[in-house]
Amino acid sequence: MTQDTLPPLRTSFLRGCRASLPFVLVILPFGLLFGATATEAGFNMLEVLGFSFLVIAGASQFTALQLMSDQASTIMVIITSLAVNLRMAMYSASLAPYLGRAPRWQHALIAYFLVDQVYAVSVADYETHPQETLSHKLAVYAGAAFAVVPFWYISTVAGAVLGRTIPPEFALDFAIPITFLAMIAPALRTFAHVAAALVSVTVSLLLAFLPVGSGLLVAASCAMVTGAQVEKWQTRRRAR
Amino acid sequence: MTGYSTLNIWIIILALGVGTFFLRYSFLGLVGRRPLPEWALRYLRYTPVAVLPGMVAPLVLWPEATGGTPEPARIAAALVTIGLGLWTRNVLLSIVAGFATLFVGLFVLF
Repeated sequence: MTQDTLPPLRTSFLRGCRASLPFVLVILPFGLLFGATATEAGFNMLEVLGFSFLVIAGASQFTALQLMSDQASTIMVIITSLAVNLRMAMYSASLAPYLGRAPRWQHALIAYFLVDQVYAVSVADYETHPQETLSHKLAVYAGAAFAVVPFWYISTVAGAVLGRTIPPEFALDFAIPITFLAMIAPALRTFAHVAAALVSVTVSLLLAFLPVGSGLLVAASCAMVTGAQVEKWQTRRRAR
Repeated sequence: MTGYSTLNIWIIILALGVGTFFLRYSFLGLVGRRPLPEWALRYLRYTPVAVLPGMVAPLVLWPEATGGTPEPARIAAALVTIGLGLWTRNVLLSIVAGFATLFVGLFVLF
């Protein structure tokens, strides 16, 4: 392949599919777990589906589920669950240089399918294939989304059906803490991340007496500032 | 879901759906192609690690299923999950090992 003979769009689409296919293994158990825990918590099939179709963001769906099990106020559930998704604004910003010239309706579609795995696969592909056109980039994105997102819907439904059959002794209430701990641990890459996590835990435990969710919001704000400040100090020290 | 009316549940689902959509759409569609300022990126980088540990900590120490008293099986499961996650960086493996520890703790040991 030379610079001036670009491959057909189908090739890009399939490359996106292939790259994101391994992530199906990650999506399936999370979807099953969400469907099952949501059903155990008392949501009906339509509500479970509503979450997975309209939100498609595992961590924030689990957050909403947990806070609602704790009887947090509606506004607390919404604010805290959205806070978990703030990172997606960062994904949006990092995709803008590649896909910003697409028409508005395509921006809307890109935004709907912007989940962690699709983002990671697409950006990695754009960096390794800088010569490809906007159409090729969109084809890669479509392929990456096509390979994983349907499995999120399917596994959520499967989990909701299975959830009814899981007896309460299996302590599914603890599925959410285990899932989050497993997601957090690999994210503790730097000292700044560790410091943020420790502040989050400490402040949240200290403020546990406040109405559900409000202590967590204070804890999360303190932790974000901690992470950002520690990172700033470290870059400054390294620059010296 | 007890404690929430059907309307309330759908308000939450729709607000999360619309809010998440606009977070994803934000810089692609609304803000244009200007790059995010460095300080904003710095804060956004730490959101997951700022929210999730604070949410999990009381659930591990004071689980509702035991009426809020600390329970060895759940604490052990949490420690195994974090330990394995830090060591292997493998999310699925950590979840499986965490559940295994929880079940061994609940059904065999205690």
